[in-house]
Amino acid sequence: MNIEYERIVHIWKDPPNRGEMEDADFVFEGANPICGDKVRIFLKVNDGKIEDASFTGEGCAISVASASLLLDYAKGRKLEEIRDLEKEKIMELLGLDLSRNPSRLKCALLPLMAIKKR
Amino acid sequence: MVHMFDVEKIRADFPILGREVNGKRLAYLDNGATSQKPRQVIDSIVRYYSEHNANVHRGVHKLSEEATFSYEEARRKVAEFINCSEEEIVFVKNASEALNLVMYSYGMANVSPGDRVSISMMEHHSNFVPWQALAKRRKAKLEFVDIGGDGELVGLEGVSGSKIVSLSHASNMLGTINPVDEICRVAHEGGGIAVIDASQSVPHMPVDVKKMDCDFFAFTGHKMLAPTGIGVLYGKKELLEKMEPFLFGGDMIVEVKKEGCRWNEVPYKFEAGTPNIEGAVGLGAAVDYLNGIGMEEIRKHEVELLSYALGKLRDEVTIYGPLDAEKRTGLISFNVPGVHPHDVATILDEDGIAIRSGHHCAQPLHDRLGLESSARASFYLYNTKEEVDRLVEGIKKVKRVFA
Repeated sequence: MNIEYERIVHIWKDPPNRGEMEDADFVFEGANPICGDKVRIFLKVNDGKIEDASFTGEGCAISVASASLLLDYAKGRKLEEIRDLEKEKIMELLGLDLSRNPSRLKCALLPLMAIKKR
Repeated sequence: MVHMFDVEKIRADFPILGREVNGKRLAYLDNGATSQKPRQVIDSIVRYYSEHNANVHRGVHKLSEEATFSYEEARRKVAEFINCSEEEIVFVKNASEALNLVMYSYGMANVSPGDRVSISMMEHHSNFVPWQALAKRRKAKLEFVDIGGDGELVGLEGVSGSKIVSLSHASNMLGTINPVDEICRVAHEGGGIAVIDASQSVPHMPVDVKKMDCDFFAFTGHKMLAPTGIGVLYGKKELLEKMEPFLFGGDMIVEVKKEGCRWNEVPYKFEAGTPNIEGAVGLGAAVDYLNGIGMEEIRKHEVELLSYALGKLRDEVTIYGPLDAEKRTGLISFNVPGVHPHDVATILDEDGIAIRSGHHCAQPLHDRLGLESSARASFYLYNTKEEVDRLVEGIKKVKRVFA
């Protein structure tokens, strides 16, 4: 198995930022009906800046790792900046080139798409 | 003549089986989604375009006559394959279109408010969504035959009295082979018609629509070695004749006047516009190929693979549907506990093993089973026990990686 995917599976086993947040300012939900992946993202935002972030949900290793890594990246950044991210950034965070894997790319983009929804 | 099923000889007919995926020999176990194509089918399409291409039913010139002959020859082969007359074979794009044709042309005209329409919890979306739409449009009651613990239909007699009973011959997720003769009998006794979605049965086992006594029977070419874009609707002639066309346009009329038209006879009444001629030609070649091997032989081979795979997998994964190979078509849906099917498929893909993951267009069934999704390995005439061994090894690897 390639080292990049191994890292994803490693993150999936105990993903940072997993958990509910009771005092979140924003809660975003995303679902991929094709595979049943579901994600909820909780953000604490102050003056447009993300101070804390967490997620809950069930899914494949890629969607779970994507949520975990995206929220790591998001903390300390502006919500608007995160909303403007493109799929290339997600692939960079995951360390996976999914440009020729449209179905897996959908798994990877689920958390970002949830945040982009208004 | 002694018929020998020689899987290596069969494999040599399929160019794609020689390719590598991620540096490993391809083990193609996604036949429930689509089958690979033998050289004979590919060649038939190349030959059609190289030698006979013209539009059908139109010209009197040589090429048009040859194209028409090739197209109609394919219809004759398909009719013989499922045991009906040529006029009862309507070429469509796929099984979904075949079922839509029945829904629009028969359903909309014959189902009234308050009538019952019966399907089951194991239907593929293509045999689910059209009937849901019909029920909504005609204010009919859509009812669902439930499934039992072994993945079998339960309470079939309950469909009696339904105007339309539309059920799958074999489930694309559970693999269950349904008692179609009984389904047709119960539907008829209650005064209704029986529609059979045969997408997962026709490629894998002998079928006989006359013996079954179904009213409509839908299947697609690409799952039975033919190209994509060609499908078949069988309909009893007396029903097809009474039905209004589904699509309007060229070829489906005998006379067009400003005041109105006269429809062509069956099956042409249902084939508006230039059809998929190459698809029909390829389907004809696929039927020839399957007949050359023998559908009984293919079924026997798949049952052997199934028994072998079920034996090896039952301790490794959670299997859905009947555990008796004789009761299921050549596919096994399963889950590796704690691992998402996408991850199972990705790990297997690294070793060149192609399986399906997701809800296989059977979301209501997954809901009924309390599942989000599943993985599925589906076999065909060219698969081997060695490929089953690779699948089992791959699943063991998945368990190691995700432990």
